[in-house]
Amino acid sequence: MSATDTADPNRRDFLYIATGAAGVVGVAAVAWPFIDQMRPDASTRALAAIEVDVSAIEPGMSVTAKWRGKPVFIRNRTPEEIEAAKAVKLDELKDPVARNANISADAPATDADRSAGEGKENWLVMVGVCTHLGCVPLGQQGDFGGWFCPCHGSHYDTAGRIRKGPAPENLAVPVFSFISDTKIKIG
Amino acid sequence: MKKILIGFAAAAFGLAAHVGLAAAAEETAHAVAEPTHFPIKKPPEMAWSFAGPFGTYDKGQLQRGLKVYKEVCAACHSMKLVPFRALEDLGYNEAQVKAFAAEYEVQDGPNADGEMFMRPGIPSDYFPSPFANDVAAAAANAGAAPPDLSLIAKARAVERGFPLFVFDIFTQYAEGGPDYIHALLTGYDEEPPAGMEIPEGTYYNPYFNAAKSLAMPKPINDDAVTYDDGSPQTVDQYSRDVSAFLMWAAEPHMEARKQTGFNVMVFLVLFAGLVYMTKRKIWASVPH
Amino acid sequence: MSGGHSTYTPTSGLGRWIDQRMPLPRLMYDSFVAYPVPRNLNYAYTFGGILSIMLVAQIVTGVVLAMHYAADTTLAFGSVEKIMRDVNSGWLLRYLHSNGASFFFIAVYIHIMRGLYYGSYKAPRELLWILGCIIYLLMMATGFMGYVLPWGQMSFWGATVITGFFSAIPLVGNWIQELLLGGFAVDNPTLNRFFSLHYLLPFMIAGVVVLHVWALHVTGQTNPTGIEVKSKTDTVPFSPHATAKDAFAMVVFLAVFAYFVFYIPNFLGHPDNYTVANPLKTPAHIVPEWYYLPFYAILRAITFNIGPIDSKLGGVLAMFGSIAVLFFVPWLDTSKVRSAVYRPWYKLFFWLFVANAIMLGWLGSRAAEGIYVVLSQIGTLYYFAFFLIIMPVLGLIETPRRLPNSITEAVLEKNKGAASAHPVGATAAPDTKG
Repeated sequence: MSATDTADPNRRDFLYIATGAAGVVGVAAVAWPFIDQMRPDASTRALAAIEVDVSAIEPGMSVTAKWRGKPVFIRNRTPEEIEAAKAVKLDELKDPVARNANISADAPATDADRSAGEGKENWLVMVGVCTHLGCVPLGQQGDFGGWFCPCHGSHYDTAGRIRKGPAPENLAVPVFSFISDTKIKIG
Repeated sequence: MKKILIGFAAAAFGLAAHVGLAAAAEETAHAVAEPTHFPIKKPPEMAWSFAGPFGTYDKGQLQRGLKVYKEVCAACHSMKLVPFRALEDLGYNEAQVKAFAAEYEVQDGPNADGEMFMRPGIPSDYFPSPFANDVAAAAANAGAAPPDLSLIAKARAVERGFPLFVFDIFTQYAEGGPDYIHALLTGYDEEPPAGMEIPEGTYYNPYFNAAKSLAMPKPINDDAVTYDDGSPQTVDQYSRDVSAFLMWAAEPHMEARKQTGFNVMVFLVLFAGLVYMTKRKIWASVPH
Repeated sequence: MSGGHSTYTPTSGLGRWIDQRMPLPRLMYDSFVAYPVPRNLNYAYTFGGILSIMLVAQIVTGVVLAMHYAADTTLAFGSVEKIMRDVNSGWLLRYLHSNGASFFFIAVYIHIMRGLYYGSYKAPRELLWILGCIIYLLMMATGFMGYVLPWGQMSFWGATVITGFFSAIPLVGNWIQELLLGGFAVDNPTLNRFFSLHYLLPFMIAGVVVLHVWALHVTGQTNPTGIEVKSKTDTVPFSPHATAKDAFAMVVFLAVFAYFVFYIPNFLGHPDNYTVANPLKTPAHIVPEWYYLPFYAILRAITFNIGPIDSKLGGVLAMFGSIAVLFFVPWLDTSKVRSAVYRPWYKLFFWLFVANAIMLGWLGSRAAEGIYVVLSQIGTLYYFAFFLIIMPVLGLIETPRRLPNSITEAVLEKNKGAASAHPVGATAAPDTKG
């Protein structure tokens, strides 16, 4: 140890710590762009919202739109399907939460909260990705007449709620709105 | 080493017992009218000229298969990855391939005016597709786009199951694709079992590997294609020929692969013998 | 071991000149010529050498394939088919590479099982074992990303399922998933970065392999008796003895590999990968490559919630846990005896473990339904019990068989034949110190 070191240990420690800390900050600042570049780029983010014309979808028909690389099921449900979904009691559901991005996060999974809401209860808009491991469920199949995931056997009912199988959650309802009577904006 | 082998044998035996149990359970759960596992029937194994370590394609059969593809399948199914030039493998000479390609109209361009135009095909072109794109193909075929056939013989195979898949290593069974295609094409005449509902617009076929029925109707009947080499003009023969042709389309270098393989195996076995004797000599004075 | 003094003597003037400046020839001589190996190594010990040639083979075939491959979702599938159809010998290079991945894993599984059987992970070889576990993890990442590159249906859906694991992590899961994918689903950015990383990781594996071999040469090899080397008579020089034996095993292994490449090149693949990826169409069964199947079975065995952990996160944790547990094996095994040869009960449980792993692999290829789920759960239970219960407890209660005093004694005893009486009975105490 030199004489200067023993003379003022606090100043010496501060200098070392400050230099070390500045070095860490510098390395972190350099590292960030290398991590950040992996996140979705501007062209990907630009496709974050789409508009879909639904005027041609009769009751009992569905279309699949592609949104953010994922299929979105847009279904004009028949009255029977709505009735079947309404008849289910909440305590029969595996996931009692609506999983609807348009309403509060803890809203119950009633049929109304799953659908497009008052007056548009026939419309069901969902991300067509199984909440288990991301497969695309097949429409109007399975034990509950809704959707059935062929990968690991998850059954969803006519409101897209998980009823049987390994999936933990109801099919997600994305942020969407009717910008006119015939057009839906997703995202 | 011996103990390790015995261990593996024990492991294999344990596995076999498990499999037997599971298979039995599967069998009892199997309902005739509402099957849940497809295909309903396993495709029978056919005798193919290209099977086995010395297998080669039967050029006459491939030529007949090409005729079936061209006159029947090509109406709906594309074969985008296969160029006309590859048809020389089928025993055609350069002039014949040129003439064959010229029968097709191929889009080229843009020309000096910036417009696309049609011209006769040349050997470096690929088989043109019957539809502009997959959406058009789906729209023209009740929503189900006919799959491209370039690789279909490798893209379709019925799962063999235990223990068959172990035997397949030794028998070199690699003809699951053509067996499947042949079974599918000849399987349309079978009647669905009583009580089974067939969705409208689909056709029952117990050999289809994804459902009880498919959107493709029976594609070919007896005498639909005229053979000029005297081969029988039956659905069975057509199916064999087109399956063999599609196997060639999917794996054009199979003959070269198997021939190279023979040379490589002979070399490796001899080399292994030499290395083994060297090793023995080196270790002779060392008990181990 | 090789930590002792070097016996290398340069014979030429140039040799001496290099030796004084950068003694690389000395390092090679000490590591691969004079390096002493136990004389009783059996063929299970040749897989390290086999793995190193498989790594080289994969890198060489991979580099040339990359000269023809296009990492773009619209081009990838076609470029692989162009390799198969048009590139000179392309079919051979591609089949060598795709089957090479499988044979790399076959070799690594035998290598790991050999380590578990002969207790190769026990002190002082803990770091050696852990470095091996890291190599295995890197191999799994490399294999997974490589499988995505041909952009077939299984490529795409396998990638979707596996990146989906990360979304199970609470709070940051989605952010991590988007970071991995570079988008909201598997797409062009994903394919591009997987190609970049698939090219990089093998070189990282090679780096860790150097550390693995370094650690091996510090402690020296174990051997079937599990007794440390005591005298010079216990060992033989690496060259020519081990080189010749390794070479023979390599050629035999390559012959089996060649059999698959030339005669049944698609046996270990999945037919669906000859169909181009379609994000809107799920295959009926998504199955990973065979070498991940046991872990896939463990993932799917967790079909129930455990307290606050839902089944999805539980499955992912069990799957990662099944690999993580390998890292702790050196401390989980409490036995004083290293080799299973002298541990009758451990031997039994070990072979059960192997059978169980094969069963889990088979279950991983089945649809997750009925009896298969129950069997997967039993298999998962045994998998973890083997490491977390059997290994620690058995080491304390098992009575090992009498150990020979030295490797040389064991060899001589074996060569005399099992019928003759044991000649030496001086000490029967378990001996791991060497």
